[in-house]
Amino acid sequence: MSKSFTRRDFIKSTSALTAASTLPISMVELAFADSSQNFTFAHISDSHIQHIKGTKFVRNWDRGLIRAVAETNLLNPKPDFVIYGGDLAQLGSKPELDRGAEIMSALNYKTYYSMGEHDYYEDLGEYWSKLFGKHYYSFDHKGVHFVVLNSILTYDEWTYDRWPTGKQRMLEMAGIDNPNGSPFMVGEKQRNWLQKDLAKVNKSTPLVVISHSPLQKIWKGWNFWTEDAEEVQELLKPFKKTTVIYGHVHQIQYNQIGNISFHAVMATAWPWPYPATYAQAEQYLPKLTIPMNRADPFHERDATGWQFINMGNGNVDMHYTLNENASRTVAFNTKTGQPEDMGYQAENNRIPPQSHY
Amino acid sequence: MKRIKQQCFGVIMLVIVTLLGWGVAPAMADEFTQEDLNRWESEYMSVVKQGRKVFTDGKLGTNGVACAQCHPNASNTHPETYPKFQKQLGKVVAIWEMINWCIRNPLEGKNLAADDPRMVAMQAYILHERRGVKLQPGKH
Ligand SMILES: [Fe+2]
Ligand SMILES: [Fe+2]
Repeated sequence: MSKSFTRRDFIKSTSALTAASTLPISMVELAFADSSQNFTFAHISDSHIQHIKGTKFVRNWDRGLIRAVAETNLLNPKPDFVIYGGDLAQLGSKPELDRGAEIMSALNYKTYYSMGEHDYYEDLGEYWSKLFGKHYYSFDHKGVHFVVLNSILTYDEWTYDRWPTGKQRMLEMAGIDNPNGSPFMVGEKQRNWLQKDLAKVNKSTPLVVISHSPLQKIWKGWNFWTEDAEEVQELLKPFKKTTVIYGHVHQIQYNQIGNISFHAVMATAWPWPYPATYAQAEQYLPKLTIPMNRADPFHERDATGWQFINMGNGNVDMHYTLNENASRTVAFNTKTGQPEDMGYQAENNRIPPQSHY
Repeated sequence: MKRIKQQCFGVIMLVIVTLLGWGVAPAMADEFTQEDLNRWESEYMSVVKQGRKVFTDGKLGTNGVACAQCHPNASNTHPETYPKFQKQLGKVVAIWEMINWCIRNPLEGKNLAADDPRMVAMQAYILHERRGVKLQPGKH
């Protein structure tokens, strides 16, 4: 991190953002030594567009995505591109994917899509491919290597042999607490591809990996989990600056494992409880994570949102734009070498809604 | 003669056993057997199971949304904190009233009666997933 950027400057600009939170459109531009290499992108995820019948869709989930798209279009300065984090649809049907794609088409930016289990298990991503292209791929942008993985695959037997129809397979995977579900994985084929893809990349190149499931093991019960997380992490290990950004969990999570920073994103549709609130099993959140505020169900968009991401010197500053809550920023602290919340990280800065039970 | 005696003894024993309620259905109102306990438990568990069904049923409301979509394993429902004050309702409510709020809003459905078997079943399921947590009525 350059000398022209200090933590204090960052806090100042962050609080300026908070002050303007009624218009959550302003963006903090950080002063780095080589500002030509800095850029921002937006991340929208987990919209779960849900078909009722005919031309009717669940209004609540529609509104979440429409709002995120509208706000992303108003960003100033403009992001270089947008990432979609998966679960665009609720049950992977054509009408849902079509409607999601239509709402997303209002975005003024190039958009990269990643696959969620709710997009996939009806027809194994066939229709999704027609709309959005490859299931996994990589690209380079201003000196950063981006990899998009399809991390919601599972055991072949479960996928191909267990269910009489695609529709039932989708329903079984859709309920995260359904004991008939199956753990997510990247799989050997894609890991081999990843190994080859990364072999071409200089180890000092900042790496950003986009996945739907966490590429770390948080709790298997709700599939906050990737079965081959360690194998994938092993491939990312040689890189000095690596960030994994994942969807699926519908909540703020962040962590640091070796050189790898992990960030989860908010859903535009609805928030999920933290696993530790389920009283019948033991689970742990990464120790670093200061949870999002507990959702207030009386506010339809509470605990939902989208994020814009500042890429400065190869590290990620994650800005959560929360519809009914003050914005949050989780930024990489070069002194401690881990992501930290810019407002709440210190023990005595936490507020009562951040305690979940 | 010996035989009659034995029979008499048998009858007397049967009367005594019946009066004391040994081995057969309880004679006294405050007595129950392991068999009773098993039956009550299985009645309860079948209602819990029914509750899980209702909780994951897209047809409870009108828009296909199910309770479990936001509340996996009925978490974040906090049944141990009810009755409690809900500032948006402006009063202290029992959990079934909050369940109806969810049915009317995210599920776009109609209120269930407090004694609707589906309402009872949902409460059984929610509390079953929360068993072991200490009661904290009023807590936020
Ligand atoms: Fe999701
Ligand atoms: Fe998901």
